[in-house]
Amino acid sequence: MTFFGLPFQDIVFYTLAAILLYAALRVITTRNPVYAALYLVLAFFTAAGVWLLLEAEFLAIVLVLVYVGAVMVLFLFVVMMLDINLDKLREGFWKALPIALPVGGLMAVEMVMIVGVRNFGADKIVAPAARPADYSNTAELGRVLYTDYLLPFELASVVLLVAIIAAIALTLRDRRESKSVDPAKQVLVKKADRIRIVKMDAVVEKDSEASSDVSTVAKEAE
Amino acid sequence: MENIRYDLITALPEIVIVCMAMFILLADLFLKSSNRIAIYVLAQVTLLVAAYLTFSTHTPSVGYAFTGTFVDDAMADVLKLMIYLGTSLIFVYSRQYIQLREMYRGEFYALVLFSVVGMMIMVSGQNMLTLYVGLELLSLSLYALVALDRDNARATEAAMKYFVLGALASGMLLYGMSMIYGMTGSLNISEINNALMGGENVQSVLILGLVFIVAGLAFKLGAVPFQMWVPDVYEGSPTAITLLISSVPKLAAFAFIIRMLEQGLHTLAVDWQQMLMIMAVLSIVIGNVTAIAQTNLKRMLAYSTISHVGFVLFGLMSASINGFTSALFYIVSYVLMTLAGFGMILLLSRKGFEAEKLDDLKGLNQRSPWHAFLMLIVMFSMAGVPPTLGFYAKFTVLQAALQAGFLWLVVFAVLMAVIGAFYYLRVIKLMYFDEPVDHHPIQAPMDMRIVLGVNALALLAIGLMPQGLMELCSYAISKSLG
Repeated sequence: MTFFGLPFQDIVFYTLAAILLYAALRVITTRNPVYAALYLVLAFFTAAGVWLLLEAEFLAIVLVLVYVGAVMVLFLFVVMMLDINLDKLREGFWKALPIALPVGGLMAVEMVMIVGVRNFGADKIVAPAARPADYSNTAELGRVLYTDYLLPFELASVVLLVAIIAAIALTLRDRRESKSVDPAKQVLVKKADRIRIVKMDAVVEKDSEASSDVSTVAKEAE
Repeated sequence: MENIRYDLITALPEIVIVCMAMFILLADLFLKSSNRIAIYVLAQVTLLVAAYLTFSTHTPSVGYAFTGTFVDDAMADVLKLMIYLGTSLIFVYSRQYIQLREMYRGEFYALVLFSVVGMMIMVSGQNMLTLYVGLELLSLSLYALVALDRDNARATEAAMKYFVLGALASGMLLYGMSMIYGMTGSLNISEINNALMGGENVQSVLILGLVFIVAGLAFKLGAVPFQMWVPDVYEGSPTAITLLISSVPKLAAFAFIIRMLEQGLHTLAVDWQQMLMIMAVLSIVIGNVTAIAQTNLKRMLAYSTISHVGFVLFGLMSASINGFTSALFYIVSYVLMTLAGFGMILLLSRKGFEAEKLDDLKGLNQRSPWHAFLMLIVMFSMAGVPPTLGFYAKFTVLQAALQAGFLWLVVFAVLMAVIGAFYYLRVIKLMYFDEPVDHHPIQAPMDMRIVLGVNALALLAIGLMPQGLMELCSYAISKSLG
């Protein structure tokens, strides 16, 4: 099946690639952070489409589930809840642009020259043979994860554990502003904790202001 | 079945430390604050057990486990033993400091132990994936440790800088690795080497990958021009954490460089030699010259670290067995020196006071002649004054570079070392010839005083008799790379 002399797959690829590039560019150029996050979601979606074209179904689905479904939704919540001062973030953007643009442009040109078709073209690197229809990408990934890459896989779980410990250690603290009471502490209260008995001599205070006030009140009453 | 048994036995030290770190984390919840010393003891015992396991399963031969993602060779075992020793010293030196700053919690010990596991994986990684995950495990633990003193604004800022720049460096490293993978089709270090030896490869892609890998590693090592985070993070972190960041991870970074550049990308040696050379020269210049202008002791030691890293790169750029041996010797010496140096800052600190200004060392001789003498040895060793360890380390590195034919660079490095001697000697001048500003008595537990004394005196003793350590380094390198 060809359209305009191009195979159907190529047309899908170029469409997805164009959307992906546009979305990625908008992530960094749009003024509103919520829009930026939504453009990032679009970028993830189209990237997942490209991966599907490459027959990496499992990874494509995981990208949508994990990044779009979990990470970006959390990210959107953070963006909406935090009061981010955009003008402050953008301060210096135009000042740094004259330097950043040539440097970034130069790097991009260099990378295109090296990573481009000249070194990684279809004639240089042979495409893998197409798999049969009943080939399970997921099963293969699972097999490799638990055999060849068992050690890095287990270590990745330790990294996640460290992330959990770090997040809790850095943020969990006793909230002194909270007004809740601990019943266990409440029932242990003794009389001495509640009442302070102060012994005082029975002396009338001789405060000049107070006494003068009293005398004026007394006069008015008369 | 036999395979799995071998795998598990080879990685037993790592498994024990991970399990114990989790146990310490849980045990901490059930301990009264008066019994908190138990987690410290547990952490030390863990290191001791791991050291025993590493030592008793040691063989001079090279063994691969977990389908070639993990390697057990002489270099890995020697470096692991050094890491246990260094971490154990860190626990001894930092105990009082973290007690006084309310960081004495299970999380501290658990995170340090997890970072130790990360280092061990970096030391034993034989696959780019394993190496990278080890590096992330180490880095993530360190970021959290820097920020652990939560109400300290400076530490939080340092953690943020460290985190952002560290993530950038990881990204660079990964990008470089992906280039190498794209060209060789393998993540395994030995397979990469074979692919590069045999097949036809596009040199420009490999060089691009190499540049990114070297840049990422230089970031982690703190070599110029990727050094900007080092002084800020060293100064901002709590000193106990600075002690950790500045010492043992450098051993792991050294192993990472050997595995990646020498074992994996040996065919590109001519290219990475040039890169290391530029970084070595710049590190020695910037480290030594900028350190002169510092008034903060931690910042000064940070710049001193940069110059030491330059000397290590001098050894590495020779790209010979001799050069690697001298670099390993240098980095082990550096770790011993920096432990004693920051240990001294911890010793002089007390509740609510950080002995981090150069002025805080003024007249230390009048307050405590013994500690002034220990600091004198440390400073002499860092400056490279004979007969201390630092002198011998610099000597071997420069000798290796000379053999590799870098005559003018060696002359230049010696000149720079002389300039660097100025700021180390200034510390000695402050201690011995100035009046003290701070008159508080030194409060430190006895075990810390003794261990610190042994550590500092070891710099002198090994400097006088370096053969033992030298043979150990030579054994490690020649059995693994020879």
